[in-house]
Amino acid sequence: MGNENRIINALLKLHIVLCLLFIFAPIAGSFVFSLNSDRFPSLPLGEFSTEWYRLIWEDPLVWQGFGNTLVVGLTVAVIATILGFGGAYTDYRYNFTGKSVYVALALLPPTIPVVIMGLAMLAFLSRVNLSGTTISVIIAHGVMCSPFAMAIIRLRLSQMDPDLEAASWNMGGNQWQTLRYVIIPFTKPAIFAALFITMAVSFDEFAVAWFVSGLNETLPVKILGFLQGQVSPRINAIGSLAFLSSMTLIILAQLLLRSPEEEK
Amino acid sequence: MTKRPTLFSLILSMPLLLWQLLFFLFPLLFLVAISFWTVRNFQMTPDLNFGNWERVLSRGVFWDAYFRTMVLATTAAVVTSIIAFPASYAISFKMSEKAKRWMIFILIIPFFTSYLVRVYSLQVFLSDAGILNAAFAYIGLGPFPMLNNAFGIIVGMVTLTLPLVVLLQTFSLNFVNRDLIEAAHNLRCGRLRTVFAVIVPSAKVGLVIAALFAFILSFGDFVSPLYLGGGNPPTLSIMITDFTKSGQQWPRAAVVAIMMIITLLTAAFAAVTYAYKERGK
Repeated sequence: MGNENRIINALLKLHIVLCLLFIFAPIAGSFVFSLNSDRFPSLPLGEFSTEWYRLIWEDPLVWQGFGNTLVVGLTVAVIATILGFGGAYTDYRYNFTGKSVYVALALLPPTIPVVIMGLAMLAFLSRVNLSGTTISVIIAHGVMCSPFAMAIIRLRLSQMDPDLEAASWNMGGNQWQTLRYVIIPFTKPAIFAALFITMAVSFDEFAVAWFVSGLNETLPVKILGFLQGQVSPRINAIGSLAFLSSMTLIILAQLLLRSPEEEK
Repeated sequence: MTKRPTLFSLILSMPLLLWQLLFFLFPLLFLVAISFWTVRNFQMTPDLNFGNWERVLSRGVFWDAYFRTMVLATTAAVVTSIIAFPASYAISFKMSEKAKRWMIFILIIPFFTSYLVRVYSLQVFLSDAGILNAAFAYIGLGPFPMLNNAFGIIVGMVTLTLPLVVLLQTFSLNFVNRDLIEAAHNLRCGRLRTVFAVIVPSAKVGLVIAALFAFILSFGDFVSPLYLGGGNPPTLSIMITDFTKSGQQWPRAAVVAIMMIITLLTAAFAAVTYAYKERGK
């Protein structure tokens, strides 16, 4: 565009910086306060301290919550990715009446408010005597995470050369062999990305888990408990650790999703 | 294309369908059913009783909460859209492809940081003795009440929705035909006029959908109203958690939940209809 205006461009840049500051201030604040000795975080900061990390390290409840989070996250990632793969391939390969209903049902859960999902899950799962168990959290998170897995794998499938499958059939491969030797290798980066993303989603989900988990609380639900109880910088310490683990998963997913393009 | 479903296609497609039917659709339908059940001595019994509906809908408390939630979510959606637009505009029109990709990555990060922890951290920024008021005091202003009121709730909702809205707006602005803008410039259309007469109408669908997502997220959010708004007076989401956790009044909570879903469906339908409506002249 010919008529660039330096002042306007500078203002736009400033606006972006302010937006990012607004979005990341709470996250950065949480990091800073997790390393601050004061019990009630305020300015000026107290001394540098790893006290809160030590406290959560020694807290058996935190470890228990972490264990539950891990079990739920790993199981959910596998289930959601398998379900999502099936859904993505079905959407990619087949045409049938009611397909739009199938796809809508598969992708809808993230648009339902979590309190409503939580209530519906609680009411339903307690009716079948599953509420208050780790299985109930896995079921609920499976519903919420499979759309993410499906979307990621579907995106990858849409980049696949449609002749690949046909070539495999022409060479005598049946559908199973084609799946095994052509489709899965091609979608492998997306499959791993889906595993990591769904695990990250499950790691941070607290509302539905709070409704259905009973005594088997995941770590985010424990944080919710902390929030309702006393003020404690331990929340910042847990939050910072959770942030680091989620970020690791996202970066891994990002690297996996990007690598095929760079190989070409 | 196979006409008859084979074992192969069934094995791939059925697990997701069954899972979502059993654990997603069925629980939501069950919610409708229990809204007609009765509660006696903390026990729910299957029934076809309109009492819960009558009791909830005839009370001022519900409608107060309903309109409060409506106003909060609408405000959050409008404020977020207005804050997001210049940023999305700059990302889409002023940045290199590489910088764009980085921005998208940066904006995805907040989705994977615990919203609870962010809200807890916001309390420290917004409280009367908090960081912002300390900064204001330094220049001789304040203290401003920013916590336990509508302002705090909106701040929380904007934190929640801003990254998503910027992303959605940026994607829709990326699809705006660059030739149109060039044409507008050639016709001596001023910068602001180009934005409002060319860019906004071309990206209308995406902008409206982005605002809709902000509305949906804010409407269902219970964390900001609870921890930044003080939880009192309640919003619909807080009503649901209260009915569920304290009183065992699941049928009444179900009524509130169904009212929320009806509202969200109506909002979504209205927004999509508006977005795709031809610009009348």
